[in-house]
Amino acid sequence: MISFELNGLQVQVEEGSTLLEAAKFFGFPIPTLCHMDGLEPYGACRLCVVEIGEGSKAKLVTSCTYRAEEGLKVRTSSERVVKARKMIIELLLASTPQSKVIQDLAAEHHVMQQRFRQEHEDCILCGLCVRMCKEQMVAGAIGFRGRGENRSIGTPFDMKSEQCRLCGGCMYVCPVCTLRCTFNDPDRAVCGGCANLAAPCVEEEKFHDLMCYMSPCVACEIVEYEKEKQTKIEG
Amino acid sequence: MNSELIREIVDRNEANNNGLISTMEEIQSKFGYLPREALEKVAEKTNRSLVDIYGVATFYRAFSLEPRGEHLVSACLGTACHVRGASLVANEIGKQLGIEPGETTQDDKFTFETVNCLGACALGPVVVVDGHYFSQVNTSTVSDILKKSVEGFDKVEVATDERIFPIEVSCPRCNHSLMAPDHQMDGYPSIWITHSYGLKHGWLRMSSLYGSYKSEAEYDIPENQVINFFCPHCHTELIGAADCTECGTQMIPMIVRGGGTVQVCPRKGCKGHILDL
Repeated sequence: MISFELNGLQVQVEEGSTLLEAAKFFGFPIPTLCHMDGLEPYGACRLCVVEIGEGSKAKLVTSCTYRAEEGLKVRTSSERVVKARKMIIELLLASTPQSKVIQDLAAEHHVMQQRFRQEHEDCILCGLCVRMCKEQMVAGAIGFRGRGENRSIGTPFDMKSEQCRLCGGCMYVCPVCTLRCTFNDPDRAVCGGCANLAAPCVEEEKFHDLMCYMSPCVACEIVEYEKEKQTKIEG
Repeated sequence: MNSELIREIVDRNEANNNGLISTMEEIQSKFGYLPREALEKVAEKTNRSLVDIYGVATFYRAFSLEPRGEHLVSACLGTACHVRGASLVANEIGKQLGIEPGETTQDDKFTFETVNCLGACALGPVVVVDGHYFSQVNTSTVSDILKKSVEGFDKVEVATDERIFPIEVSCPRCNHSLMAPDHQMDGYPSIWITHSYGLKHGWLRMSSLYGSYKSEAEYDIPENQVINFFCPHCHTELIGAADCTECGTQMIPMIVRGGGTVQVCPRKGCKGHILDL
């Protein structure tokens, strides 16, 4: 057992547990975005920052990846932590304002506006879908590609992956993908992950009596509508 | 696509416990780019998912997924080069080749790319063509550089280049001269020895110019084949104690007239050598 100080409270946790796990166990809430039980911690969203150490040595670390140490002094909601979290939420709002998850986070932390150039990205590169695909679905169909501002998530060569079983797990965990699939119109697609998946309705010869996991995505209805429109024009 | 060669490269790197990047570097150096089949083969052989390999290939600028031209022209656009007019140089290169940065000419001769810093800021603006650095380039010297790259940089003038000089060698065992004055290479007597690999056994001639890697052999020696060298006079095998600095193969010693030894690597295609005068 390791004993350390959590918000002034002397606590004991098992060796190897992270600060996030400890805080959750002792009832101190820490917001998370890229963390999910059952997936390897990744530390990408930085939302779970906590302050460790004292005085001039105090620093912010991501609690999801930092393991508890003997005698550590952890503060989960100090002024510095709250300020950093608000900044991160503002930055997330600046890139993906349409996400319900991020909107809720902003409301919860009383972030009412953001002061950066407004963008409408479709991905925050949190890596949840990549880890889901690799660790839980054992497929490894999607992953990170490129680097810097060209970093994106998708399949190799942007082609439909042979490893993909259309499980939809990537869409299920995506915090940005709230509108579900508009996949037959990739320009409007919200998460982009699905642009590389084929929905069951498109492969309907194969899956015609399957219950659609994308419901209520209405992609199939759009396809039908487009087809009808086409036949009307041709007729 | 030579899938046999890809498999050979992947297997050898796996056997040597080499990392993913060195495997991919070797494929890139053989093909000039990373073909899709090669990445699939690497993924299959190393038990990684294809997307992991693809992620590495797209992460590093050194890897290319598109076939590249014969010559790679990199223009530095780093801060030091930029203030000395590197963007003008880059524009000029693009104009003369008729392509944008990142593209390859139609005839597959040139690939042009811009890089952010080559670490040779004092020499700026820097242009690198096939690993040859050109310093203080301006728009008027661009055409010269491109012309030179087509002619080939390895063509050097023996008379004026100090790094290249002829050597005379003899057998370290019987001290007989290994020179063949009647058979000249690069304008100088060649080194004559016998070689063998597998069941093949025949003569081999090497250029005596230090810095030239020309050789002729009775049989075609496959790339990467390690061959045994013998003295044509006393028939002892020439084998030394030193290992090649490039590939680790045991090197071939010869005595240099005037004092000293030269050791060469017996692996075909390897340029490892030690000259000790």
